Amino acid sequence: MRRRAGVGAIHKQKLEQEKYRDKGTEIQENQFEQMTKQMEVFRTNLEDFASKHKNEIRKNVQFRRQFQDMCASIGVDPLASGKGFWSVLGIGDFYYELSVQIVEVCIATSYKNGGLITMDELRKRLIQARGRSKQHQDISVDDLLCASKKLRIFGNGFTVLPMGKGQYLVQSVPGELNMDHTAILQAATDNEGHISCLDIQSKLGWELERAQRGLNYMLREGLAWIDTQNPKEQTFWFPSLFAACVNSQS
Amino acid sequence: MDRFEYSDARLVQGEEFLMRENGVKLYDGDSKTTFEGGELVVSSTRILWGRPGDIPRGQMCICLPLFYIVLVEEEQRTFSFSSSRKFVLHLSEPRQGKPQGPVTWSQHSFIKISFKEGLHNDFLGLIQNALMTRAWERLSLTSPSSTASIQNMADRKWRSGIVGIERKIEEKHKATDESISLAFQDLSRLMNMAKDMVAISRSISTKIREKQGDITEDETVRFKSYLLSLGIDDPVTRGAFSNQTEYFQSLARQLAQMLEEPIKEVGGMMSMADVYCRVNRARGLELLSPEDLMSACRLMSTLQLGLCLRTFDSGATVLQLSNHNDSMIVENTAVALEENGSLSATELAKILGISVLLAKERLLTTEKQGRACRDESLEGIRFYSNLFLTKEE
Repeated sequence: MRRRAGVGAIHKQKLEQEKYRDKGTEIQENQFEQMTKQMEVFRTNLEDFASKHKNEIRKNVQFRRQFQDMCASIGVDPLASGKGFWSVLGIGDFYYELSVQIVEVCIATSYKNGGLITMDELRKRLIQARGRSKQHQDISVDDLLCASKKLRIFGNGFTVLPMGKGQYLVQSVPGELNMDHTAILQAATDNEGHISCLDIQSKLGWELERAQRGLNYMLREGLAWIDTQNPKEQTFWFPSLFAACVNSQS
Repeated sequence: MDRFEYSDARLVQGEEFLMRENGVKLYDGDSKTTFEGGELVVSSTRILWGRPGDIPRGQMCICLPLFYIVLVEEEQRTFSFSSSRKFVLHLSEPRQGKPQGPVTWSQHSFIKISFKEGLHNDFLGLIQNALMTRAWERLSLTSPSSTASIQNMADRKWRSGIVGIERKIEEKHKATDESISLAFQDLSRLMNMAKDMVAISRSISTKIREKQGDITEDETVRFKSYLLSLGIDDPVTRGAFSNQTEYFQSLARQLAQMLEEPIKEVGGMMSMADVYCRVNRARGLELLSPEDLMSACRLMSTLQLGLCLRTFDSGATVLQLSNHNDSMIVENTAVALEENGSLSATELAKILGISVLLAKERLLTTEKQGRACRDESLEGIRFYSNLFLTKEE
């Protein structure tokens, strides 16, 4: 049949194309939904197997790698020992596994908190990433403290600081590797040699705690001077930047 | 008996050996045959029978593809004086175009297998398991000729517009769903199907990544999945070594090999807690204790593995590239001083992209070695090249 010419035909063609497109997105959406479902099935199954068949999986070299590959693609934690009778006595893998997971959370979040995290938040994130079943959720702050003791051998690079009232702060980045101060200096350079907590918060997107900590450290080290006369808030000046600022103005 | 085919006594690729038994006799229906006292091998797709010694030598034998089997049952023995056991295999109709076999026509649709010399394997269980797994379906899919023909058929069936496409997608999902639930029934099954499952899990996560950027919002899970994907094949374990020193030495070698790249990436230095996490994630289920990790890392400098352990004055331990040792650092810092005339710790930190504390430490080391001089002022400490060393007059 010959295609009709004219406005009507064009309209019709357009309509058809739109319908095809809609159908296409619908199919894609459907497929995505299916995939998400399959991933959920995979996740629960893998979690289940990881906690039930740990030793058998460990024994088979080839399968161990395959199992790990699956865990990697789905995002499941293969370390899933429960807290048993023996773990209280420090025997078994439970606290070691937990210590790996603790460091993992610290590194994963360090890009935004600079390696400082409260124990409560750490616990929340750790539980979330660990898995959905009950034994994964059942982890107390005491367990975390116990697990982080295993890391003491690494010296002061990883420390748990008590804050009083059962609150703890976990520091996972040693001062030598802490880039916060360099970042503050950079921000101050762009701000004519001085900066305040609020400035840092808005410029670098940090939390107040992190900004204060960084500034106080630099103050102690003599890298920064404090100006308390500013009516709004304390300003920090960096004498090392004065010369550069004067030069750029002249 | 007419379902049997002649075949090479060799397993094709993907076919799995399940069991072997000697002194086996075959019955066509209820009647005896000349196939007696032979060797029987069960694979994941076939039952092979050969004269004694033929199968190990890879000579001609007869085989029964498992897809013919409808039902297997053990024949109840009336007098049980001997250790012999008999099984009845009910078979479906012979397929068209099947390869030639020892018998062209038979009136019986079942055969019996008699194990005259006793049975040492769980024949019934293995066969039933193999029937459930349907390994021949996967095999025929992988062989090129049959894939093509199936593809052709599929095309014909589905080349019918959007509904066809939808149906095709639907069926694909169903098949995947089924194989996932099959694989996760128990561990041995998952082990057998591991390769397929790895492929499926990968394809699922790539699809989801394409759609929403990543498998999850949770940054910890993302990081976990990244670390796990960098796994190592054969983690060094304590059990494989008789003495402690050897164990730590091989461990140190493996760790150095694995960590060199990541440490370079983060600027030549990594805190031990960080190392501990990465190492254990790569090892998967073979956890390494902090103590063993430290012992192995201590050995790195003597073994000259390109990495070494370092403890700062603050008490923090890091693993760093060997070329970050003091003399190198002093040299580099001295060069930086010459280039810039003078430097404060903050300036050096900015230039090298390192922390202020580390920059200060480097300058102080350089000073200690006599390559820098300090100028203390209100603006803090500045360091200059030591001209007493370089200028003659």
